[in-house]
Amino acid sequence: MAADTKETITVQLHELTAWELTQKLQQREISAVEAVEACFDRIAAVEDRVKAYLCLTRDQALQQAREVDARRASGEALPATAGVPIAYKDLLCTDGVPTTCASRILANFVPPYDATVVERCSQAGLPMVGKANMDEFAMGSSTENSAFQITANPWDLERVPGGSSGGSAAAVAAGEAFWALGTDTGGSIRQPASLCNLVGMKPTYGRVSRYGVVAYASSLDQVGPLTRDVRDCALLLGLIAGRDQRDSTSAAVPVPDYTEVLGRDVTGLRAGIVRELLYGEGIESDVREAVEAAIKTLDSLGMACEEVSLPHSEYSLPCYYIIAPAECSSNLARYDGVRYGHRTERETTSVYDMFAKTREEGFGDEVKLRIIKGTYVLSAGYYDAYYRKALQVRTLIKRDFEQAFERFDLLICPTSPSVAFRIGEKADDPLAMKLADICTLPINLAGIPAMSVPCGFSGGLPIGMQLMGKPFDEPTLLQVAYAYEQSCDWHRRRPAL
Amino acid sequence: MYEPIVGVEVHAQLTTSSKMFCSCRAEFGAEPNTNVCPVCLGLPGSLPVTNRKAVEQVIRTGLALGCEVGTLCRFYRKNYFYPDLAKNYQISQYDEPLTFGGRMELSVEGRPVSIRIRRAHLEEDTGKNIHLPNGRSLVEYNRCGVPLMEIVTEPDFRSAAEVREYLLQLRRLLWYLGVSTANMEEGALRAEPTVNLRDPETGERTPKVEIKNLASIRAVHDAVEYEIRRQYHCLETGEPMQQETRRWNEAQGITTVMRTKESAEDYMYFPEPDLVPIEPEPEWVEAIRAALPELPQARQQRFVAEYGLPEYDAQVLTEDRATADYFEAVVQACGEPKACSNWVMGDLQRLLNESGCSITESRVSPQQLAELIGTIKDGTISHNIAQAVLPKMWATGHSAREVIAAENLALISDATEIEKLVDEAIAANPKAVADYRGGKEKALGAIVGHVMRQTKGQANAAVVNELILARLNG
Ligand SMILES: [Zn+2]
Repeated sequence: MAADTKETITVQLHELTAWELTQKLQQREISAVEAVEACFDRIAAVEDRVKAYLCLTRDQALQQAREVDARRASGEALPATAGVPIAYKDLLCTDGVPTTCASRILANFVPPYDATVVERCSQAGLPMVGKANMDEFAMGSSTENSAFQITANPWDLERVPGGSSGGSAAAVAAGEAFWALGTDTGGSIRQPASLCNLVGMKPTYGRVSRYGVVAYASSLDQVGPLTRDVRDCALLLGLIAGRDQRDSTSAAVPVPDYTEVLGRDVTGLRAGIVRELLYGEGIESDVREAVEAAIKTLDSLGMACEEVSLPHSEYSLPCYYIIAPAECSSNLARYDGVRYGHRTERETTSVYDMFAKTREEGFGDEVKLRIIKGTYVLSAGYYDAYYRKALQVRTLIKRDFEQAFERFDLLICPTSPSVAFRIGEKADDPLAMKLADICTLPINLAGIPAMSVPCGFSGGLPIGMQLMGKPFDEPTLLQVAYAYEQSCDWHRRRPAL
Repeated sequence: MYEPIVGVEVHAQLTTSSKMFCSCRAEFGAEPNTNVCPVCLGLPGSLPVTNRKAVEQVIRTGLALGCEVGTLCRFYRKNYFYPDLAKNYQISQYDEPLTFGGRMELSVEGRPVSIRIRRAHLEEDTGKNIHLPNGRSLVEYNRCGVPLMEIVTEPDFRSAAEVREYLLQLRRLLWYLGVSTANMEEGALRAEPTVNLRDPETGERTPKVEIKNLASIRAVHDAVEYEIRRQYHCLETGEPMQQETRRWNEAQGITTVMRTKESAEDYMYFPEPDLVPIEPEPEWVEAIRAALPELPQARQQRFVAEYGLPEYDAQVLTEDRATADYFEAVVQACGEPKACSNWVMGDLQRLLNESGCSITESRVSPQQLAELIGTIKDGTISHNIAQAVLPKMWATGHSAREVIAAENLALISDATEIEKLVDEAIAANPKAVADYRGGKEKALGAIVGHVMRQTKGQANAAVVNELILARLNG
């Protein structure tokens, strides 16, 4: 039956990797418009259960897809992946499309400009499917801190997709987008990638422009890809990486072709297995075993894997929870109701009263908590004891990595100490929630690149392995991740929805 | 006996064409909220990018003040909530400023005074709140993000006169460097003195008071003088004092409490993570140093030494660079420094004032003025006639000699012609002749005056005198 045939094709279509779709687009087997429609058909089928998106931009996506199709039909040379639909975390500014950061305070905010990463993806012809849910202002590890909705993990709808880029991860895992951009301040790309069986990368600090990325903690934030496999990760990173005049902290380091290293032999590469983060307290045994098995695989591929210690990594959590809130308290000060966003409708006695009521109504509890903490650690009399001390510890953590990289080409540990937890399970246990990031936080403090790669399952829930590299050495991570991926098929599994 | 301890913090708006961290225009007086963009409005996701020109202007100023230039300079965030501050933090400097450790030498009432400059650094300006009569408030962000230079002195002033002299010298320096219009009325220059008293023997001090709302150098002087007197008065009467910020009330000539230390804010400074530190390359700094113009104090001293000008003339002429340049061009063309100085400060300045022109827009060029001065020197016309020639040159654009010829103003120096007139004058003034011969030398004036009247002042006065004396004494 015709209807059945169509059903079969769309199901297959939404399950493709971005690269597989790219080849079909290039060979004109399907059009970009059909690719967008496949996403929206899938969204129609599953979104009411997954709740990955805060806003869908179907008309815009179709318009972008039509343009790509027209240009391709005219024989114009297009960027390779033109026509592959993408989802953006809702803190990437999108011109004319609401950008809420999953916060009531920006519920009505429509930016007049695109973030540099969005601009680059648009120019590469990627249709925007929509804006993905997240923890409010990227503060959280489960996406439960969204002011608007709770996103489910496509592998188990009772569980969280991770966070803060949980909407982006869930959308890609559920087939509601072929790939997505998230941001990672302490693990917010890698941890949801791990929990949703995706590849997720936090590039080197400065590798990708932060212009138009609503800031949580400026010295830690970095945009990165969430994809279904390593090649897609390399392709998307190549689109967004590079110096941007509008971001002083973006580096003028040349951008290589990240796909070039894929398939290259890994024999002789030296990997350091981070003792504290693999055998340390809080790492679930299934997670440890899966990562150990993955390391064996890398060994068998000819890599030299050895244990290494990062003695200061245990201070990452306190260090992070001083630096990030400090920067956040200042970054979020601008949301005062004067120029844009929410403004209280209650009676106010002064402009300060207006600020206070606006912010009281606009921010959620976790955001308020971090603003208060950040304000405290920056206050006169506490600065030296907390903020300055944290900067010193940060230097020590960075040095640990530098020393390790004198002996190793990359480091390995689990991405998340556990598989996806139940919705609400850690909501009342803020420390347990924060421990979800112990393996990922040190990387942001050190500013180095790291990625999560699917490496197994426990009780039907995905497990991720984290690979960490030298500054701007994303190619080595991709090379090793790809070699590992070729030897297993975890990444080919799709959730049954 | 307590002595006054005063320090001064100056904010000068720089003359860059664009703002500190975005490409919006930094001009004065545009329609409200037209020179704005996502960056200076602090929209979510926007990031600052440092204006190198502003950094250069601060380094230039710092070097002119004898400061050292930092090798690693950082921006900091100064956090406080106010509607005119788009991000609710101001990007400023704190530790590691662009320049620090300079000095300015002053001469106050004939005494040398040395003022140490703590630092000259860079920050962004805030916007402006406008309160309407209906109780509503508007915010204007055109100025938000305009680059400001902050120059802070050590507390080295001991009187209001020293503060005034410092500000006069600093303003002149900023003009010379071309880094600020330094116009206090327009707010392009703001000065905030800090005043307290100290017992030099015990080291005991009165609480520090910062004064704001000062719209002119005179106001700064008067406010500092008032505040010193007020604190002495409090000491004498035992009235309690506290660390506070006071506002100058120009109309009443007093300072009043604005806010006390208790309500003073904690700005929670921390390094701006959106900007990388500035590391001024030594070659760049040296290039800026090499391009510094002759500074006003040096030029003033040179005018005295090289041209033999009185201090006063040297100071007035070097008040701004264009006037000093003009003066030197005139001297170069005709010599006669003192005469040149008189003309530039006197008759020319009057014409400039009347027409509202700056000296660079003068309709009489330095070469034309030099030619005019030359016609006095060579006896073609008198000083008095020259004073009438200059406005005609201004009006017509003609040279001095053209005006003199066209109006037939040259002096009559021909002895035979003057002799005839002298004879007539002697005949017409028998009383004066008798008086002169009777010993009253002053009586001669009437005879000279007669000749001058006949010639409408064009007779060469020296020749006239000589001929009269020859006749009367002959
Ligand atoms: Zn601007």
